[in-house]
Amino acid sequence: MTIKIDVDMAKCQHYGQCVFEAPNIFRLNSDDKLEYTAEADDSELANVEAAIDVCPMQAIFIVD
Amino acid sequence: MAGLRTAEALRRFGYTGPITAIGDEPHAPYNRPPLSKEVLAGNEVSHATVAFPQRAATADVCWVLGNAAVAADLEHQTVTCADGSVYEYSSLVIATGLRPKRQTYPNNIQAGRHVIRTLDDAIALRAELQPGKRVVVLGAGFVGCETAATARKLGCEVTIVAPGALPIGRILGPELAGEIMRRQQTECVEFRMKRSVVDLMGEARIEGVMLDDASLLPCDVFIEAIGSNCNTEWLEGNNIDVTDGVLTDHNLRAVRATGGSWDNIYAVGDVAKFPNPIFDDLARRVEHWNIPTESGKHVGQLIALQHSAEETAAAAMAEAETKGFRPVPSFWSDQFDVHLLAFGLLALADEAKLVQGELSGDCVYEYYRAGKLVGAAGIGMRSVVQGYRNAFASQE
Repeated sequence: MTIKIDVDMAKCQHYGQCVFEAPNIFRLNSDDKLEYTAEADDSELANVEAAIDVCPMQAIFIVD
Repeated sequence: MAGLRTAEALRRFGYTGPITAIGDEPHAPYNRPPLSKEVLAGNEVSHATVAFPQRAATADVCWVLGNAAVAADLEHQTVTCADGSVYEYSSLVIATGLRPKRQTYPNNIQAGRHVIRTLDDAIALRAELQPGKRVVVLGAGFVGCETAATARKLGCEVTIVAPGALPIGRILGPELAGEIMRRQQTECVEFRMKRSVVDLMGEARIEGVMLDDASLLPCDVFIEAIGSNCNTEWLEGNNIDVTDGVLTDHNLRAVRATGGSWDNIYAVGDVAKFPNPIFDDLARRVEHWNIPTESGKHVGQLIALQHSAEETAAAAMAEAETKGFRPVPSFWSDQFDVHLLAFGLLALADEAKLVQGELSGDCVYEYYRAGKLVGAAGIGMRSVVQGYRNAFASQE
Protein backbone atom coordinates (compact mmCIF):
# COMPACT_ATOMS: atom_id res chain seq x y z
CA MET A 1 0.00 0.00 0.00
CA THR A 2 1.10 3.55 -0.66
CA ILE A 3 0.14 7.01 0.52
CA LYS A 4 -0.13 10.09 -1.68
CA ILE A 5 1.27 13.36 -0.41
CA ASP A 6 0.35 16.83 -1.59
CA VAL A 7 1.96 20.14 -0.61
CA ASP A 8 0.08 23.37 -1.30
CA MET A 9 3.00 25.24 -2.85
CA ALA A 10 1.06 28.51 -2.71
CA LYS A 11 1.06 28.19 1.09
CA CYS A 12 4.50 26.59 1.56
CA GLN A 13 7.13 29.07 2.79
CA HIS A 14 9.99 26.55 2.61
CA TYR A 15 10.61 26.55 6.37
CA GLY A 16 11.80 22.96 6.06
CA GLN A 17 10.47 21.77 9.43
CA CYS A 18 8.98 18.74 7.63
CA VAL A 19 12.45 17.68 6.51
CA PHE A 20 13.36 16.61 10.05
CA GLU A 21 10.21 14.54 10.55
CA ALA A 22 10.13 12.75 7.19
CA PRO A 23 13.58 13.06 5.60
CA ASN A 24 12.77 10.36 3.04
CA ILE A 25 9.92 12.44 1.67
CA PHE A 26 10.86 16.10 2.07
CA ARG A 27 14.09 17.98 1.35
CA LEU A 28 15.29 21.52 0.66
CA ASN A 29 17.08 21.87 -2.68
CA SER A 30 20.17 23.96 -3.35
CA ASP A 31 17.97 27.08 -3.65
CA ASP A 32 16.44 26.33 -0.20
CA LYS A 33 13.11 25.46 -1.87
CA LEU A 34 11.05 22.49 -0.75
CA GLU A 35 10.99 19.35 -2.87
CA TYR A 36 9.02 16.23 -1.99
CA THR A 37 8.15 12.75 -3.11
CA ALA A 38 4.43 12.60 -3.86
CA GLU A 39 3.99 8.87 -3.31
CA ALA A 40 5.45 6.76 -0.53
CA ASP A 41 5.14 3.42 1.19
CA ASP A 42 2.64 3.07 4.05
CA SER A 43 5.53 2.71 6.46
CA GLU A 44 6.14 6.47 6.03
CA LEU A 45 2.65 7.37 7.29
CA ALA A 46 3.69 8.19 10.87
CA ASN A 47 6.58 10.35 9.64
CA VAL A 48 4.37 12.20 7.16
CA GLU A 49 1.74 12.82 9.84
CA ALA A 50 4.48 14.22 12.08
CA ALA A 51 5.58 16.46 9.18
CA ILE A 52 1.98 17.65 8.75
CA ASP A 53 1.90 18.53 12.46
CA VAL A 54 5.07 20.62 12.40
CA CYS A 55 4.38 22.52 9.17
CA PRO A 56 4.08 26.18 10.23
CA MET A 57 1.88 26.92 7.24
CA GLN A 58 -0.15 23.69 7.53
CA ALA A 59 0.49 23.18 3.83
CA ILE A 60 0.99 19.38 3.77
CA PHE A 61 -1.84 16.95 3.07
CA ILE A 62 -2.30 13.23 2.65
CA VAL A 63 -4.54 12.69 -0.37
CA ASP A 64 -7.13 9.91 0.01
CA MET B 1 -2.72 23.43 19.93
CA ALA B 2 -0.64 21.74 22.64
CA GLY B 3 -3.86 20.19 23.94
CA LEU B 4 -4.70 18.82 20.51
CA ARG B 5 -1.21 17.42 20.07
CA THR B 6 -1.43 15.76 23.49
CA ALA B 7 -4.76 14.14 22.55
CA GLU B 8 -3.33 12.89 19.26
CA ALA B 9 -0.28 11.42 21.00
CA LEU B 10 -2.48 9.74 23.63
CA ARG B 11 -4.32 7.86 20.88
CA ARG B 12 -1.18 7.16 18.87
CA PHE B 13 0.49 5.54 21.87
CA GLY B 14 -2.55 3.39 22.58
CA TYR B 15 -4.61 5.21 25.22
CA THR B 16 -8.26 4.23 24.68
CA GLY B 17 -9.96 5.97 27.62
CA PRO B 18 -12.00 9.17 27.45
CA ILE B 19 -10.32 12.54 26.67
CA THR B 20 -11.92 15.90 27.45
CA ALA B 21 -10.37 19.10 26.05
CA ILE B 22 -11.45 22.35 27.71
CA GLY B 23 -10.78 25.74 26.10
CA ASP B 24 -11.84 29.34 26.59
CA GLU B 25 -11.97 30.18 22.88
CA PRO B 26 -15.09 29.33 20.87
CA HIS B 27 -12.94 27.85 18.07
CA ALA B 28 -11.45 24.39 17.70
CA PRO B 29 -7.61 24.52 17.75
CA TYR B 30 -6.06 26.56 14.96
CA ASN B 31 -2.66 27.65 13.75
CA ARG B 32 -1.53 30.96 15.28
CA PRO B 33 1.65 31.96 13.38
CA PRO B 34 -0.18 33.15 10.23
CA LEU B 35 -2.32 35.51 12.33
CA SER B 36 0.28 38.30 12.32
CA LYS B 37 1.25 37.62 8.70
CA GLU B 38 -0.77 35.81 6.03
CA VAL B 39 -4.11 35.97 7.85
CA LEU B 40 -3.74 39.65 8.66
CA ALA B 41 -2.66 40.43 5.09
CA GLY B 42 -5.35 38.30 3.48
CA ASN B 43 -8.77 39.31 2.27
CA GLU B 44 -10.53 36.34 3.78
CA VAL B 45 -10.07 35.73 7.49
CA SER B 46 -11.94 32.76 8.87
CA HIS B 47 -11.46 29.83 11.21
CA ALA B 48 -11.47 27.42 8.26
CA THR B 49 -8.29 28.94 6.80
CA VAL B 50 -6.25 28.23 9.95
CA ALA B 51 -8.01 25.26 11.63
CA PHE B 52 -5.89 22.18 12.26
CA PRO B 53 -7.19 19.10 10.47
CA GLN B 54 -9.17 16.68 12.63
CA ARG B 55 -7.88 13.13 12.63
CA ALA B 56 -10.01 10.02 12.88
CA ALA B 57 -8.09 8.88 15.96
CA THR B 58 -9.19 11.94 17.94
CA ALA B 59 -12.75 12.15 16.59
CA ASP B 60 -14.11 10.98 19.96
CA VAL B 61 -12.35 13.67 22.02
CA CYS B 62 -14.95 15.68 23.93
CA TRP B 63 -14.31 19.36 23.13
CA VAL B 64 -15.60 21.83 25.69
CA LEU B 65 -15.15 25.15 23.85
CA GLY B 66 -15.91 28.71 24.87
CA ASN B 67 -15.88 27.60 28.50
CA ALA B 68 -12.70 28.53 30.36
CA ALA B 69 -11.38 26.54 33.29
CA VAL B 70 -11.77 28.86 36.28
CA ALA B 71 -10.68 26.66 39.19
CA ALA B 72 -9.03 23.36 39.99
CA ASP B 73 -8.77 21.13 43.02
CA LEU B 74 -5.66 19.09 42.39
CA GLU B 75 -6.03 16.98 45.55
CA HIS B 76 -9.56 15.90 44.59
CA GLN B 77 -8.76 15.83 40.84
CA THR B 78 -11.42 18.19 39.55
CA VAL B 79 -11.52 21.19 37.19
CA THR B 80 -14.35 23.73 37.33
CA CYS B 81 -15.41 25.70 34.24
CA ALA B 82 -16.89 29.18 33.83
CA ASP B 83 -20.42 27.78 33.43
CA GLY B 84 -20.11 25.95 36.75
CA SER B 85 -19.64 22.45 35.33
CA VAL B 86 -17.09 20.26 37.13
CA TYR B 87 -14.88 17.71 35.38
CA GLU B 88 -13.08 14.87 37.15
CA TYR B 89 -9.77 13.60 35.82
CA SER B 90 -7.24 10.85 36.36
CA SER B 91 -4.55 12.83 34.49
CA LEU B 92 -4.53 16.61 33.99
CA VAL B 93 -2.65 18.34 31.18
CA ILE B 94 -2.30 22.09 31.65
CA ALA B 95 -2.33 23.75 28.22
CA THR B 96 -3.97 27.09 28.97
CA GLY B 97 -1.27 29.14 27.25
CA LEU B 98 -0.84 32.89 27.34
CA ARG B 99 -2.76 36.09 26.87
CA PRO B 100 -1.30 39.42 25.75
CA LYS B 101 -0.23 41.90 28.39
CA ARG B 102 -2.26 45.10 28.31
CA GLN B 103 -1.31 48.60 29.37
CA THR B 104 -3.48 50.94 31.44
CA TYR B 105 -3.29 54.67 30.69
CA PRO B 106 -4.71 57.76 32.41
CA ASN B 107 -6.96 58.23 29.36
CA ASN B 108 -7.70 54.52 29.03
CA ILE B 109 -9.94 54.61 25.94
CA GLN B 110 -10.35 51.30 24.13
CA ALA B 111 -11.66 52.08 20.63
CA GLY B 112 -8.80 51.67 18.17
CA ARG B 113 -6.68 49.54 20.51
CA HIS B 114 -5.69 46.02 19.56
CA VAL B 115 -3.64 42.99 20.52
CA ILE B 116 -2.89 39.98 18.37
CA ARG B 117 -3.07 36.54 19.91
CA THR B 118 -6.34 34.94 18.86
CA LEU B 119 -8.17 34.54 15.58
CA ASP B 120 -10.80 37.01 16.78
CA ASP B 121 -8.00 39.52 17.53
CA ALA B 122 -6.72 39.15 13.95
CA ILE B 123 -10.21 39.56 12.48
CA ALA B 124 -10.81 42.74 14.51
CA LEU B 125 -7.41 44.21 13.60
CA ARG B 126 -7.67 43.28 9.91
CA ALA B 127 -10.82 45.42 9.59
CA GLU B 128 -8.91 48.51 10.77
CA LEU B 129 -5.72 48.20 8.73
CA GLN B 130 -6.81 50.32 5.79
CA PRO B 131 -4.33 52.12 3.51
CA GLY B 132 -3.18 55.44 4.94
CA LYS B 133 -4.12 54.58 8.54
CA ARG B 134 -1.53 55.66 11.09
CA VAL B 135 -0.54 52.62 13.10
CA VAL B 136 1.54 52.66 16.29
CA VAL B 137 2.89 49.30 17.44
CA LEU B 138 3.98 49.17 21.08
CA GLY B 139 6.67 46.51 21.44
CA ALA B 140 9.44 45.36 19.11
CA GLY B 141 9.44 41.61 19.64
CA PHE B 142 8.51 39.10 16.97
CA VAL B 143 4.79 39.85 17.09
CA GLY B 144 5.36 43.61 17.03
CA CYS B 145 7.84 43.48 14.13
CA GLU B 146 5.79 41.05 12.05
CA THR B 147 2.55 42.94 12.63
CA ALA B 148 4.31 46.21 11.73
CA ALA B 149 5.58 44.70 8.48
CA THR B 150 2.15 43.37 7.58
CA ALA B 151 0.46 46.71 8.34
CA ARG B 152 3.05 48.53 6.24
CA LYS B 153 2.47 46.14 3.34
CA LEU B 154 -1.25 46.91 3.61
CA GLY B 155 -0.42 50.58 3.04
CA CYS B 156 -0.53 51.86 6.62
CA GLU B 157 1.97 54.35 8.06
CA VAL B 158 3.69 52.44 10.84
CA THR B 159 5.72 53.48 13.88
CA ILE B 160 7.16 51.02 16.40
CA VAL B 161 7.60 52.29 19.98
CA ALA B 162 9.61 50.08 22.34
CA PRO B 163 11.73 50.37 25.49
CA GLY B 164 14.72 48.41 24.15
CA ALA B 165 17.49 49.74 21.94
CA LEU B 166 16.86 47.34 19.03
CA PRO B 167 13.95 45.22 17.74
CA ILE B 168 14.14 41.59 18.96
CA GLY B 169 17.46 42.74 20.42
CA ARG B 170 17.39 40.60 23.56
CA ILE B 171 17.19 37.43 21.45
CA LEU B 172 19.10 38.28 18.28
CA GLY B 173 21.90 40.41 19.72
CA PRO B 174 22.99 43.82 18.42
CA GLU B 175 24.22 42.89 14.93
CA LEU B 176 21.31 40.86 13.62
CA ALA B 177 18.75 42.99 15.48
CA GLY B 178 20.33 46.14 14.05
CA GLU B 179 20.01 44.68 10.58
CA ILE B 180 16.32 43.81 11.16
CA MET B 181 15.78 47.45 12.17
CA ARG B 182 17.65 48.75 9.13
CA ARG B 183 15.60 46.58 6.76
CA GLN B 184 12.34 47.63 8.41
CA GLN B 185 13.40 51.27 8.04
CA THR B 186 14.13 50.70 4.34
CA GLU B 187 10.45 49.78 4.05
CA CYS B 188 9.52 53.06 5.77
CA VAL B 189 8.65 51.64 9.18
CA GLU B 190 9.61 54.28 11.76
CA PHE B 191 11.18 53.44 15.12
CA ARG B 192 11.00 55.26 18.44
CA MET B 193 13.28 53.04 20.48
CA LYS B 194 14.05 53.48 24.19
CA ARG B 195 10.65 55.11 24.45
CA SER B 196 7.37 54.25 26.13
CA VAL B 197 3.80 55.41 25.69
CA VAL B 198 2.60 57.37 28.72
CA ASP B 199 -0.92 58.31 27.61
CA LEU B 200 -3.47 58.10 24.83
CA MET B 201 -5.15 61.02 23.08
CA GLY B 202 -8.73 61.06 21.85
CA GLU B 203 -12.26 60.81 23.21
CA ALA B 204 -14.54 58.56 21.17
CA ARG B 205 -11.55 56.62 19.89
CA ILE B 206 -7.78 56.85 19.82
CA GLU B 207 -6.32 59.80 17.91
CA GLY B 208 -2.76 59.85 19.17
CA VAL B 209 -0.26 58.52 21.68
CA MET B 210 2.02 60.54 23.95
CA LEU B 211 5.54 59.27 24.53
CA ASP B 212 7.70 59.67 27.61
CA ASP B 213 9.72 62.43 25.91
CA ALA B 214 6.42 64.38 25.63
CA SER B 215 6.30 63.95 21.85
CA LEU B 216 2.91 63.19 20.33
CA LEU B 217 2.35 60.60 17.58
CA PRO B 218 -0.89 60.78 15.59
CA CYS B 219 -2.48 57.33 15.73
CA ASP B 220 -5.59 55.69 14.30
CA VAL B 221 -4.73 52.13 15.32
CA PHE B 222 -2.73 51.25 18.45
CA ILE B 223 -1.38 47.69 18.73
CA GLU B 224 -0.05 46.45 22.07
CA ALA B 225 2.59 43.76 21.45
CA ILE B 226 4.44 43.84 24.76
CA GLY B 227 4.54 40.16 25.62
CA SER B 228 2.24 37.84 27.47
CA ASN B 229 0.96 36.68 30.83
CA CYS B 230 0.34 33.03 31.67
CA ASN B 231 -3.22 31.79 32.05
CA THR B 232 -2.66 30.07 35.37
CA GLU B 233 -4.99 31.96 37.75
CA TRP B 234 -7.39 28.98 37.70
CA LEU B 235 -4.68 26.88 39.38
CA GLU B 236 -4.14 29.21 42.32
CA GLY B 237 -4.76 27.86 45.79
CA ASN B 238 -3.22 24.49 44.89
CA ASN B 239 0.10 22.90 45.78
CA ILE B 240 1.76 23.89 42.51
CA ASP B 241 4.33 26.48 41.40
CA VAL B 242 2.80 28.94 38.92
CA THR B 243 5.38 31.73 39.10
CA ASP B 244 5.54 32.84 35.43
CA GLY B 245 4.17 29.56 34.06
CA VAL B 246 3.75 26.06 35.43
CA LEU B 247 7.07 24.81 36.78
CA THR B 248 7.75 21.24 35.65
CA ASP B 249 10.43 18.58 35.97
CA HIS B 250 12.36 17.04 33.05
CA ASN B 251 9.26 15.13 31.97
CA LEU B 252 6.85 18.10 32.05
CA ARG B 253 5.27 16.91 35.30
CA ALA B 254 4.09 19.84 37.39
CA VAL B 255 6.23 20.52 40.45
CA ARG B 256 4.58 20.91 43.84
CA ALA B 257 5.16 24.19 45.65
CA THR B 258 6.33 21.99 48.53
CA GLY B 259 8.77 20.09 46.25
CA GLY B 260 8.56 16.89 44.20
CA SER B 261 6.41 16.30 41.13
CA TRP B 262 2.75 15.39 40.72
CA ASP B 263 2.60 12.04 38.94
CA ASN B 264 -0.64 12.85 37.10
CA ILE B 265 -0.37 16.57 36.31
CA TYR B 266 1.57 17.89 33.33
CA ALA B 267 2.09 21.22 31.57
CA VAL B 268 2.55 21.65 27.81
CA GLY B 269 2.99 24.49 25.32
CA ASP B 270 3.70 28.15 26.08
CA VAL B 271 2.67 27.87 29.73
CA ALA B 272 5.13 25.08 30.62
CA LYS B 273 8.30 26.18 32.42
CA PHE B 274 10.66 23.28 31.96
CA PRO B 275 14.38 22.54 32.21
CA ASN B 276 16.12 21.51 28.99
CA PRO B 277 19.28 19.38 29.43
CA ILE B 278 20.54 20.50 26.03
CA PHE B 279 21.34 23.83 27.71
CA ASP B 280 21.28 23.54 31.52
CA ASP B 281 19.05 22.74 34.50
CA LEU B 282 17.28 26.08 34.72
CA ALA B 283 13.53 25.89 33.99
CA ARG B 284 12.30 28.32 31.33
CA ARG B 285 9.17 28.98 29.36
CA VAL B 286 9.87 28.82 25.63
CA GLU B 287 7.40 30.62 23.39
CA HIS B 288 8.49 29.01 20.16
CA TRP B 289 6.41 27.27 17.54
CA ASN B 290 7.68 23.74 18.00
CA ILE B 291 7.18 23.54 21.77
CA PRO B 292 3.38 22.89 21.82
CA THR B 293 3.77 20.00 19.39
CA GLU B 294 6.83 18.43 21.01
CA SER B 295 5.62 18.83 24.59
CA GLY B 296 2.17 17.48 23.68
CA LYS B 297 3.76 14.42 22.11
CA HIS B 298 5.97 13.74 25.11
CA VAL B 299 3.14 14.04 27.62
CA GLY B 300 0.66 12.08 25.49
CA GLN B 301 3.18 9.26 25.29
CA LEU B 302 3.85 9.24 29.04
CA ILE B 303 0.16 9.20 30.01
CA ALA B 304 -0.66 6.51 27.44
CA LEU B 305 2.15 4.31 28.75
CA GLN B 306 1.13 4.93 32.36
CA HIS B 307 -2.38 3.61 31.56
CA SER B 308 -1.19 0.76 29.33
CA ALA B 309 -1.69 -2.88 30.25
CA GLU B 310 1.00 -4.01 27.77
CA GLU B 311 3.98 -5.81 29.26
CA THR B 312 6.39 -3.60 27.36
CA ALA B 313 4.85 -0.37 28.68
CA ALA B 314 6.93 -0.11 31.85
CA ALA B 315 10.21 -0.43 29.94
CA ALA B 316 9.06 2.05 27.27
CA MET B 317 8.02 4.47 30.01
CA ALA B 318 11.37 4.18 31.77
CA GLU B 319 13.16 4.86 28.48
CA ALA B 320 11.05 7.93 27.70
CA GLU B 321 11.46 9.27 31.24
CA THR B 322 15.20 8.74 31.30
CA LYS B 323 15.60 10.62 28.03
CA GLY B 324 13.23 13.31 29.31
CA PHE B 325 11.87 16.26 27.39
CA ARG B 326 14.72 17.88 25.47
CA PRO B 327 13.40 19.80 22.47
CA VAL B 328 15.55 21.90 20.18
CA PRO B 329 13.77 25.28 20.24
CA SER B 330 13.03 26.50 16.74
CA PHE B 331 11.61 29.74 15.43
CA TRP B 332 11.34 31.72 12.27
CA SER B 333 10.10 35.17 11.39
CA ASP B 334 9.08 36.83 8.15
CA GLN B 335 9.25 40.60 7.88
CA PHE B 336 9.16 42.01 4.34
CA ASP B 337 11.83 40.08 2.44
CA VAL B 338 13.69 39.06 5.62
CA HIS B 339 13.27 35.34 6.27
CA LEU B 340 14.77 34.56 9.64
CA LEU B 341 15.24 30.99 10.88
CA ALA B 342 16.86 29.98 14.16
CA PHE B 343 17.49 26.98 16.40
CA GLY B 344 18.49 26.93 20.04
CA LEU B 345 18.12 29.49 22.83
CA LEU B 346 19.76 32.59 21.39
CA ALA B 347 18.81 34.74 24.37
CA LEU B 348 21.30 32.80 26.53
CA ALA B 349 24.24 33.91 24.41
CA ASP B 350 26.89 36.39 25.44
CA GLU B 351 28.48 36.38 21.99
CA ALA B 352 27.26 36.17 18.37
CA LYS B 353 29.61 35.40 15.48
CA LEU B 354 28.97 35.87 11.77
CA VAL B 355 30.02 32.55 10.23
CA GLN B 356 28.65 32.73 6.69
CA GLY B 357 27.49 35.37 4.23
CA GLU B 358 27.15 39.10 4.84
CA LEU B 359 24.90 40.94 7.23
CA SER B 360 23.53 43.11 4.42
CA GLY B 361 22.47 40.01 2.47
CA ASP B 362 21.92 36.39 3.47
CA CYS B 363 23.94 35.33 6.49
CA VAL B 364 24.31 32.86 9.36
CA TYR B 365 25.23 33.69 12.96
CA GLU B 366 26.33 31.32 15.69
CA TYR B 367 25.44 32.16 19.30
CA TYR B 368 27.70 31.22 22.20
CA ARG B 369 27.40 31.27 25.98
CA ALA B 370 30.75 31.07 27.76
CA GLY B 371 32.24 29.63 24.58
CA LYS B 372 29.59 26.93 24.13
CA LEU B 373 27.21 26.96 21.15
CA VAL B 374 23.64 27.67 22.33
CA GLY B 375 22.00 28.69 19.06
CA ALA B 376 22.24 29.62 15.41
CA ALA B 377 20.22 32.00 13.27
CA GLY B 378 20.20 32.99 9.65
CA ILE B 379 18.64 35.37 7.21
CA GLY B 380 18.00 33.09 4.26
CA MET B 381 20.49 30.18 4.02
CA ARG B 382 17.95 27.78 5.50
CA SER B 383 19.80 24.61 4.57
CA VAL B 384 22.84 25.81 6.51
CA VAL B 385 20.82 26.87 9.55
CA GLN B 386 18.97 23.55 9.57
CA GLY B 387 22.23 21.73 10.06
CA TYR B 388 22.43 23.20 13.56
CA ARG B 389 19.19 21.53 14.64
CA ASN B 390 20.73 18.13 14.19
CA ALA B 391 23.82 19.23 16.08
CA PHE B 392 21.67 20.18 19.10
CA ALA B 393 19.39 17.19 18.84
CA SER B 394 22.34 14.79 18.99
CA GLN B 395 23.82 16.42 22.12
CA GLU B 396 23.76 14.16 25.13
